[in-house]
Amino acid sequence: MDVIAPLLVILVLAGVVWLVATPLRGEWTVARSEREGAEIEGLQAAKEAKYREIRDLELDFRMGKLSEADFRGLDRQLRAEAVDILRRLDAAGAEEQAAHRS
Amino acid sequence: MATVGRACLILALAVAVYGVGASLYGARMRRREWVDSGRRAVYALAALTTLAFVVLEVAFLRSDFSFVTVTEHSSTTTPTFYRAAAAWSSQEGSLLLWVWLLSLWSSLVLFLTRRKMRDLAPYATAVLLVFGAFFSGLLVFLASPFSTVALAPAEGVGLSPLLRHPSMMIHPPMLYSGYTLFTVPFAFAIGALVVRRVDAEWITATRRFALAAWFFLGVGIVLGARWSYSELGWGGYWAWDPVENASLLPWLTGTAFLHSLMIQERRGMLKVWNASLILATGTLAVLGTFLVRSGILDSIHAFGASTLGTPFVVLIAILVVGSVALVVSRRDALRSEHHLDSLLSREAVFLGNNLVLVGLAFVVFWGTFFPLISEAVTGTKSAVGPPWFDRYTVPLSLVLVLLSGVGPIIAWRRATASNARRNFAAPVGIALAIGVLLAVATDAASRPLALGMFVAAAFVIATVGQELVRGVRARRAMAGGSIPVALVALVRRNRRRYGGYTVHVGMALLFIGVAASSAFQHARDVRLSPGQTATVNGYQVRYDKPTGRIVSRAGRLERIEFGAQLTVTKGGKRVADLHPTRGYYPVNAPFVPISSAFDGESTSEVGMQAGLTKDLWTAVSPDISRLEPIMKRGDQVFRDEGAKLSAQDYVAARSAALGGLVRNYVANPPPATFRIIVSPLVAWIWIGGLIVFTGGLIALWPAPDGARRRATAGYASRVARELGRA
Repeated sequence: MDVIAPLLVILVLAGVVWLVATPLRGEWTVARSEREGAEIEGLQAAKEAKYREIRDLELDFRMGKLSEADFRGLDRQLRAEAVDILRRLDAAGAEEQAAHRS
Repeated sequence: MATVGRACLILALAVAVYGVGASLYGARMRRREWVDSGRRAVYALAALTTLAFVVLEVAFLRSDFSFVTVTEHSSTTTPTFYRAAAAWSSQEGSLLLWVWLLSLWSSLVLFLTRRKMRDLAPYATAVLLVFGAFFSGLLVFLASPFSTVALAPAEGVGLSPLLRHPSMMIHPPMLYSGYTLFTVPFAFAIGALVVRRVDAEWITATRRFALAAWFFLGVGIVLGARWSYSELGWGGYWAWDPVENASLLPWLTGTAFLHSLMIQERRGMLKVWNASLILATGTLAVLGTFLVRSGILDSIHAFGASTLGTPFVVLIAILVVGSVALVVSRRDALRSEHHLDSLLSREAVFLGNNLVLVGLAFVVFWGTFFPLISEAVTGTKSAVGPPWFDRYTVPLSLVLVLLSGVGPIIAWRRATASNARRNFAAPVGIALAIGVLLAVATDAASRPLALGMFVAAAFVIATVGQELVRGVRARRAMAGGSIPVALVALVRRNRRRYGGYTVHVGMALLFIGVAASSAFQHARDVRLSPGQTATVNGYQVRYDKPTGRIVSRAGRLERIEFGAQLTVTKGGKRVADLHPTRGYYPVNAPFVPISSAFDGESTSEVGMQAGLTKDLWTAVSPDISRLEPIMKRGDQVFRDEGAKLSAQDYVAARSAALGGLVRNYVANPPPATFRIIVSPLVAWIWIGGLIVFTGGLIALWPAPDGARRRATAGYASRVARELGRA
């Protein structure tokens, strides 16, 4: 046991060093456009949330919780918001492509 | 193996500190390899603490008394089942459990988000590792679970008998899972605020972790209440004890967060509120650990005074000041994208529910810390009791239950008169009818707040029932199929919605149980001799005879148990046979006197008949003072003759003497004191809890990938057509 414990500790230490140092052994890169990627990710999340909202509204309507007029009005508003998000997504994607080309 | 455990903790501290530096450097210099290295430091922390935890568990299971913590919290007479759990009954073990769970959840979230949120993830990693470094530091410098002695004692002190209950095996890991899971959204909120990226993505990425935290913390709280009810011998399930309150605080603010995050996801509103809520929840989770560990407030659960108070106070101060500074400095980025359309909307109801939950949290916080506040202001430590808490929490809970019924059926954005009529008429009608029925047919009207709670709960159950009926009908109209098939499909496709509704029904049932058992409970403390009877709410409880036995384990005396055989009748009809007992756990050391058999801890095992309509609950406190003269004589004999005996013979002679003592108690029983309680609908607290957690699991369970993609694709193509037309 006296020998096993130090050996085990050395083994664990080597494992930890290997684990955390592996990324540092590769080629070092500077990430250029984390911010632009972040905007797209944020818009993607907003798009998913908007689709979920549209889906919930439709379920509420089918369940009879909303009148036809209420549903039409809200559905139109939500789809307009979704279209706006899609446009902003396209614009952000185009900007990122341009940044990569330059 | 203690060396390996100690080395793992030192390495854990080193790797956590390194990870904080690597993540921050990587984020500042935009170097992904350093960010990746920081993330891997979290994985390494998980591996190291797992190994350390395994070493400690093995020591407990093998009863390795060279470990100080094993000696102090376990013994050879502790059953294996509880020996495994004894690791976290100690301060050191529970801190190790904290950092171990933290590292596991942190690894999971960072693995899942490794290609997402690259700008804010390094800061979140750093925050998670700061927690890891803090707890590893405590374990290395102040409370090592791997302290050893050169000469191991032959026997340990044993696990506190109060903790020998199945609930206690899983209660602490559940609470700690909740606390540590809440640090995940906390860390990502900090990251989002640092990089000023406060859209809904960090919420979407960590929502499931917040939900899991809420789930585990809730399970822990209910298990604790169940333990209190059946083990502590006072007949209640919630005493507003500081440690109970400490777990309730982050659960309340976490519940508020789970509701308000929906508004940020959908409308981009309440950003300041959400950030503040989750920062408060994360801080309260650390505060909860601090309250249990510091012994700063008197509690039946606290683990006594310790040296950990100062580091915790410093950490909590940093968390509070840092959180406030961050939110204030980012207030421009946290501006809402939309405004509230109407006060008659689901957003407004969620906001109301948030205010009530935060109000409840404030009341609980104030009452819990009142002893410290009063001491700071007046110099005298005074505490507030359950009536103070009830004065504020009962009306707030009533409003909360009512809002949990309104929320599911009121429309998002703006409720019109027509859809309000359509959705509220039936549930309101049902709830009022039930209220009138209860007022006329029972004595519920004598307790207006309880009656109000029954009506509010009926309203919640009716609204959810209406939602399910309408949903199934709509599903069958779209896709056909039988009612059960349509119901399963409906829930599967809308897990968040119906999981949430299930939680609301469970909470309504739980509050029915709380209201009924608090307002209509009948309790009596009586002193009875064998053959005597006490009457409680029409039940005759007869003390038939005393019981007594000695319980040994692994050839050693574990406890002396005195109890009572009770027969309960009502109107001459036998209703139940109950057997409450009290167990005395003697100090197991060589050459101790007979009288020390009752110097150790004692626990109450209640005699209970639980049912859906009521619980008959009894606890006994045997009068052992009549045994004292006999014990004194025994002590004298053992003092005179004991020295001539070997340790083994002494133990055998002492066991025989204690056996005689038990026989004497049974043959000449003194009067015993009984607590007898008839409490209605308590079972619904536990049933409600189970339903709440079923709902939580439904909401947590991920939707099948295929179904999610199909649903998203359908709406995407519809919106894309819209885009083409625009």
